[in-house]
Amino acid sequence: MTYVKRFALFWYDFVVGDDWFIAAGVVVAIAATYGLHKDGLDAWWFLPPAVVVILAIAVARANRRAR
Amino acid sequence: MSAGTFAATFFASVVEAIEMVAIVVGVGVIRGWRSSLVGAAVGFVVLIILGGALGTALTSIPISALRLIIGALLLIFGLQWLRKGIQRVARKGFAGDEEEVDADVDRGTHLGLDWTAFVLSFKGVLLEGLEIAFIVVTFGAASNEIWLGALGGGLAIVLVGAMGFVFRDSLVRIPRSVLILVVGLMLTTFGTFWAAEGVHISWPGGEWALLVLLALYVSVSLAFVALQRRRQLAATPQEAAA
Repeated sequence: MTYVKRFALFWYDFVVGDDWFIAAGVVVAIAATYGLHKDGLDAWWFLPPAVVVILAIAVARANRRAR
Repeated sequence: MSAGTFAATFFASVVEAIEMVAIVVGVGVIRGWRSSLVGAAVGFVVLIILGGALGTALTSIPISALRLIIGALLLIFGLQWLRKGIQRVARKGFAGDEEEVDADVDRGTHLGLDWTAFVLSFKGVLLEGLEIAFIVVTFGAASNEIWLGALGGGLAIVLVGAMGFVFRDSLVRIPRSVLILVVGLMLTTFGTFWAAEGVHISWPGGEWALLVLLALYVSVSLAFVALQRRRQLAATPQEAAA
């Protein structure tokens, strides 16, 4: 394995960890918050429930993996 | 104006210093003090270099971009820890499960340091330190007493840091599975707050919103722990019958 590939894998593992869904969900939730803000909404209420939904799905995915 | 400059920078900096110390102490207790303190020290060095090199130009660094990146990363790390904390507390109760956590601590070790602990502490110190630097520069420059502002900010960091150091032994006695849950809650709370501010969202009540976010995530996490336990209790008799 090349040094560059190991370096990329290290950072992927470091940031994304063992469940890609959390990282992807966070990026989508923040992007959606920004989108709502750009549409003129005071969107502070959006991110906290989105985080709760991401957590619920992540726990459910971990349960499925554990089975 | 001197007392006013000092008091304003001191009290405004205390809030930021509490957030900084909470991250460094929480990460230190769970992932190990060495990596957490090295991360914090490197964060301070970068902060001093940035402060020395840029001086009053610090105010021109786009803090919203920094908040967005660091907030998103803290949110990702926080949710990963929160998920693990919920599963472990549900499985083992609040007594903890040291072996599994210790095995997990070894993941990401590089150059003799726990990289996760290093980076989390580094980012916490750098971001909060930059915010303290902004406070010092803003209040100090406005009143033409920047040295008094720096004194107020510096004293806030030293006092809050000393309190974190004094209470570290109490934190060590808390079961690690619970601490994973607590630090996950903390990182998720700060991550949500900063990531939203990074996309120009204003929280109602300013930094008081942190308490509301924390209360929300604590409630949700405890509900998830209870649900997981019920699910496991329901599954156990079926497994035994099988």
